[in-house]
Amino acid sequence: MIFLLMRRLVQTALILLGVAAITFLLLYALPADPARMIAGRSATAQTVANIRHELGLDQPLLAQFWAYLKGLTEGNLGRSYAQKTDVGALIAARLPATLILMAAGIFVEVLLGLFLGVIAAVRRGGPVDRFVMMASFVGVSAPQFVAALLLLYVFAVTLAWFPMSGFGTFAHVVLPATTLGILGAGWYARMVRSAMIDVLNQDYVRTARAKGLSSARIVFRHALPNALLPVIAMIGIDIGQFMSGVVVVEAVYGWPGIGQLAWQAIQQVDIPIIMGVTLVSALAIVLGNLVADVIAPLIDPRIRAR
Amino acid sequence: MFKRWLRNSTIAMALAFMPLPAFAQDAIKQGGDIVITYKDDIATLDPAIGYDWVNWSMIKSLYSRLMDYTPGTPDLIPSLAETYEVSPDGLTYTFKLRKGVKFTNGREVVASDVKYSIERAVDPKTQGPGAGFFGAIKGFDAVTGGASTTLEGIATPDDSTVIFTLSRPDATFLHVLAINFASVVPKEAVEAAAGDFGKKPVGSGTFVLKEWTVGQRLVFERNPDYFVKDMPHIDKFTVEVGQEPLVALLRLQKGEVDIAGDGIPPAKFVEIKNSPEGADIIVDGAQLHTGYITLNTRVKPFDNVKVRQALNMAINKERITRILNGRATAANQPLPPLMPGYDKSFTGYAFDVEKAKALLAEAGFPDGFETILYSTNTDPQPRIAQAIQQDLAAVGVKAEVRALAQANVIAAGGTEGEAPMIWSGGMAWIADFPDPSNFYGPILGCAGAVQGGWNWSWYCNKDLDARAIAADSMSDPAKATERQAVWGKIFTDIMADAPWIPLTNERRVVAKSPRMGGSGDIYVDPTRVINYDAIFVKD
Repeated sequence: MIFLLMRRLVQTALILLGVAAITFLLLYALPADPARMIAGRSATAQTVANIRHELGLDQPLLAQFWAYLKGLTEGNLGRSYAQKTDVGALIAARLPATLILMAAGIFVEVLLGLFLGVIAAVRRGGPVDRFVMMASFVGVSAPQFVAALLLLYVFAVTLAWFPMSGFGTFAHVVLPATTLGILGAGWYARMVRSAMIDVLNQDYVRTARAKGLSSARIVFRHALPNALLPVIAMIGIDIGQFMSGVVVVEAVYGWPGIGQLAWQAIQQVDIPIIMGVTLVSALAIVLGNLVADVIAPLIDPRIRAR
Repeated sequence: MFKRWLRNSTIAMALAFMPLPAFAQDAIKQGGDIVITYKDDIATLDPAIGYDWVNWSMIKSLYSRLMDYTPGTPDLIPSLAETYEVSPDGLTYTFKLRKGVKFTNGREVVASDVKYSIERAVDPKTQGPGAGFFGAIKGFDAVTGGASTTLEGIATPDDSTVIFTLSRPDATFLHVLAINFASVVPKEAVEAAAGDFGKKPVGSGTFVLKEWTVGQRLVFERNPDYFVKDMPHIDKFTVEVGQEPLVALLRLQKGEVDIAGDGIPPAKFVEIKNSPEGADIIVDGAQLHTGYITLNTRVKPFDNVKVRQALNMAINKERITRILNGRATAANQPLPPLMPGYDKSFTGYAFDVEKAKALLAEAGFPDGFETILYSTNTDPQPRIAQAIQQDLAAVGVKAEVRALAQANVIAAGGTEGEAPMIWSGGMAWIADFPDPSNFYGPILGCAGAVQGGWNWSWYCNKDLDARAIAADSMSDPAKATERQAVWGKIFTDIMADAPWIPLTNERRVVAKSPRMGGSGDIYVDPTRVINYDAIFVKD
């Protein structure tokens, strides 16, 4: 276990370095000049040159990258070009909101996915199964922007059960988390269904049934834990998916997370913010996978044995 | 005869006492809290740095400047200045400050604050976009070049006197002192904020920032000590950011929001306009805006003036105003109608496909040619670019549309020989202040035809440049009308060379709840978009 962790940590550092290098090079290879964007339309050439110098953009690319890496080792993500504030502070102020949204989204998707998947597996081939599979197909296919607006229109505008946008109370999180969760729930339902069908056909389930156990006990105590393994592996991968999903969902629901921050920074060519959000997202994805790897053997002893 | 007189005068009386359109009769009321939404977060409230249309109006209200404008108009008035004098040669401006004006930290505003604030805006360390506006002040080059940190041309003989000495006459100088970059800030607050003044603003304007929750909301409260009585009218406004325009509009219809700052999404416009409450919700106002196509005079075949003139006749501008839901009028000259110097009698090039074809044939392109048209990629700009493309095809010109992110289009425009044609929609040009010179230097003058500049036609006419300099030397306020006429002539003369196809003058649309009072001019104020000082609540 220690070895696994050590190896993963080294891998994490290397992945982050790679992400930093690629993002940095891509962003600075853009034809759009950040100094010119900051300077705006009325600036003189002298003003643009001064800004470029103050930002260090007149240095060779490698020197800029080196300075950036040096900053990173000191935990310094740089200063925003447009907002003239520490990127670290900007991200820190917004990260909790995104984490709450992601946690709630994962909760919705796992709960909904498990529920639908188990029902479909137990009623395999029947109308319930067919309906659930169809619904999950719609959930998987609906673009998040459309799903978000649809939920918003029905539950916030027409029925007025939830607030239309904002942040702060439990009611605020329901619609964004549901929007985020629907997509994944579709996948989970399909995955859980096939895993459950697999497990339900195994000998030990038949034995349990022969012992006279209630079918609820068979499904939830004996079959489900064995069908859960792919789900847990999937959550780790999902965090990456979610990182792209939150940009859309945060925009529609006015959720003050890092997705919004990134979207605005991209429009303003505010490279330090784009870099910072990319690195934080990459870190989240790597950590998500790591956590999934650590948890899997705790649930399934077979993995530990290997 | 008497009967007719009686009838006429009765009608006149009836007309006189008939209720005027709702907004005109609203009595101004003090008080009220309102909610305003924007999609984008507020980048900064530092007046030396903020330069987008959302923070522009907030900065206007947080700080005060020597000069300001009468709300809803382009008319200059003294603000922090009580009086001012311009020397006959136009090189010395002397301001007497109002006495007893206080920053919201309690300290009195003195002359050295004015000097400090402008030097800060010019200082390269500030990385401010507005430094260039102060180019006429003596000693400007020394500061931007790093040789000095103080401007030789600003003197403060006592606490209530500021004297500016210019290195060249600049008739726009009073406007320069009214733009945000000239806002007066207290040095101690800037230093205490340690590089974060944009989030901890202190000024002497109509409002004070009370709360800023990053990514969520900003709360502004009226400054009870503001030096103009009964200004502002509202007690408080809360800006909620990160609000999708469509959602903001739904919330406005439900009564949760008073002003949807991003206006009405194009897809919703017709629906709202035709709804029963449409007239109460939509405010549109003229801006100092002209949208145009640049014809790059350094790229073939646009180096040929006949080609440029021909294309000026090829575009159906009325159709483009329809794409903009009628929120625009067709333009025929660079200046917008609201701008002093606009020539009402000028007709420009009329839409005439046959004449355009004939002129192209005369220029040696009877079968047209192939070219590239750049545009930004946010709606409705690509649709407008396509309409232009179709019109060009009708005269035989095959234009490939390149819809790119704004930053990339700007970069292409500022690179010599790169972009043959650019549709300026979504980027340019809205004047920084209501003076015609602001439509010349950066976008049509030789100074703008440089790497990274905004003169995307790369048009450089030395003769016109000389006339522009002469016009800007006429700083005597008594000669203002004469100067406007000189400028007007410069812009209509430019059209003979046709470096642009002026297309539209767009109006800005803001959506407001029916309880908000006041005319459209203070919601789309020509110098500050939403004028938070002047708007008020009716109930």
